[in-house]
Amino acid sequence: MKMEIPKEEHMGPGHLACAGCGSPVGLRLALKALGKKTVIVIPASCMSIIVGGFPHSAVGVPVVHVAFETAACSASGIRASLDMQGDTETTVVAWAGDGGTFDIGIQALSGAAERNDDFIYICSDNEAYMNTGIQRSSATPYLAWTTTTPVGNPKEGPKKDMMAIMADHGIPYAATACIAYPEDFIRKVTKAKGIKGTRFIHLLTPCPAGWRIASNEAVKVARLAVETKVFPLYEIEGGNVYTITYQPKGIPVEAYLSQQGRFSHLTTEQMAAIQENVDRQWDRLVGRCEGRLH
Amino acid sequence: MKKVVSGNKAVAYGVMLSRVQVISAYPITPQTTIVEELSRFCAEGELEAKFIKVESEHSAMASIIASSVTGSRSFTATSSHGLALMHEMLHWAAGARLPIVLVDVNRAMGPGWNIWTDQADSLSQRDTGWIQLYCEDNQEVLDTIIQAFRIAETVSLPVMVVLDAFFLSHTSEIVDIPDQEEVDQFLPQFEPQYPLNTGEPRAYYGMVPPDYYMEFRYKMQEAMEETVGVARNVDEEFGRQFGRTHGLIEPYRCEDAEAVMVTSGTVTSTARVVVERLREEGIKVGLLKVKMFRPFPMEEIKGVLKGIEKVGVIDRNISFGHGGIFAQEIRSTFCNEDERPIVFGFIAGLGGRDVTPAVIEEVIHYTLNKSRPEEEILWIDLKR
Repeated sequence: MKMEIPKEEHMGPGHLACAGCGSPVGLRLALKALGKKTVIVIPASCMSIIVGGFPHSAVGVPVVHVAFETAACSASGIRASLDMQGDTETTVVAWAGDGGTFDIGIQALSGAAERNDDFIYICSDNEAYMNTGIQRSSATPYLAWTTTTPVGNPKEGPKKDMMAIMADHGIPYAATACIAYPEDFIRKVTKAKGIKGTRFIHLLTPCPAGWRIASNEAVKVARLAVETKVFPLYEIEGGNVYTITYQPKGIPVEAYLSQQGRFSHLTTEQMAAIQENVDRQWDRLVGRCEGRLH
Repeated sequence: MKKVVSGNKAVAYGVMLSRVQVISAYPITPQTTIVEELSRFCAEGELEAKFIKVESEHSAMASIIASSVTGSRSFTATSSHGLALMHEMLHWAAGARLPIVLVDVNRAMGPGWNIWTDQADSLSQRDTGWIQLYCEDNQEVLDTIIQAFRIAETVSLPVMVVLDAFFLSHTSEIVDIPDQEEVDQFLPQFEPQYPLNTGEPRAYYGMVPPDYYMEFRYKMQEAMEETVGVARNVDEEFGRQFGRTHGLIEPYRCEDAEAVMVTSGTVTSTARVVVERLREEGIKVGLLKVKMFRPFPMEEIKGVLKGIEKVGVIDRNISFGHGGIFAQEIRSTFCNEDERPIVFGFIAGLGGRDVTPAVIEEVIHYTLNKSRPEEEILWIDLKR
């Protein structure tokens, strides 16, 4: 399905992201879908730097910087305040990193989701604390290198299943997305914009510095994450209606892992274990889509 | 209209009369009945406000910071551990220059668990950039909340209104509840200085480099200095409209006193009775109630205590490793003065222990009878 990506821009070229970063691609696309009547809430994250410091802003909509763990409840506060002033038109969007979502911000996010507060929450996931220099978060994949999971002491557990956690709050809409699939992402943001309540989008945004890839490889590697089924594109409506929105080719995970320095220490056996886990997760997702599993 | 209400209910009436638009709070003893009462006001339509029932005090403060920057008059209430959990966001609210009003029902900090009154919670937040006002009775609580919004919205700093756990929060007194119309005249609608508006997009609270940061902090101090005069004017205007004032400080029978006791909160009411009685016996003792703790009204305090030989400060708090916090503030107020009182620092009433008339009398006699304190910290009513 071919779609027109809106020409309007709400993000300027003078942002402060590292060369080749996936995050500003994501924010730029999201703002195209969201339009001018949007307020962006940004907790401590790479994006706090990317959009620019005082007295500048690279974003053409109001930006409210908030404390690390408060993206969701800050969005709740802005929503309540706009409602009190009779402004039901403006969309409130929290834009947080994986650390701010999976770890330190999960309490406030869970609280807001349980209340079904009316905002869109986009987690821009680069799979570690990249702003502080590549430390593991609970979004870091199994066995990935970071500065706090050096090769001799790898991350033993899997990536936290944030989508399942959000879906189990029974929120009206949750979706995964990836910067390498702009049409899919824009369609999901547009769909989310039309729904009331807590909407969650889990967006994969590669970090060249942290993933140990070249600065021209973020989109290519992001696409491989989807095509290998490591990061499937799907949506969940009402907490239990699952739909895969892009059918991946299902190429071996090695094609994805071998591109990245953070996985360069993996043995053949470890690659096989990752493949096995990806296959199992995919089967579970398909089962949920078919209504066999919940 | 006069009603018999608890301190917490007086808080709820103050919030309702101030036409607060967004409330966000989390229950904690002894603040809980404030939250219950406000929930009821919102549910029954007596107060037209959004009440966000958050999952923690940290989120309570974060969400009203957000609602305040979006232009709504915003309020929360808490106690003790709840206030401590908010600490990070208290800095944020003040640094963001938002006119938020918070009620803290003074409660001791654990461990061990203690739900009774002392000032450890609020005084631990001394350096966050919040204005702090300590109330003595339920009328003052209600009036101070209305005044607090006026002060906050004038100087763009948040205000913490403090009342003692149980002695006020759960004790009923006669309170004159003003008419809504009159409060509306006194406290007009909140008009934010830099409203959040998609038509005129701004970025709020982004990265500030060393080139600018100090100037932002200087402006906060300037606003604090301005607050003393603003609060005085607001109180006087309140007096003209409602027929009562509370002052930033309140001296009582300090004329020709040989010693003056300094108190805050409900200890003041007990101390006033004791001072009155001792005065009748011919004992030259006075009382100074300190309502405003931040900014510390140094000039006003000097005006009362200058020339007084001895000052006894009753602190329902302690800064471990130094002493009572009000005593420290009084000492520092005078340290560059040629003529300064001898300051006796008493610690009493921690964790809700009663500060009885007998305790206060002991403190007064000690101060009058000794030429100097025998110890830097004088613990009263302590089992050693």
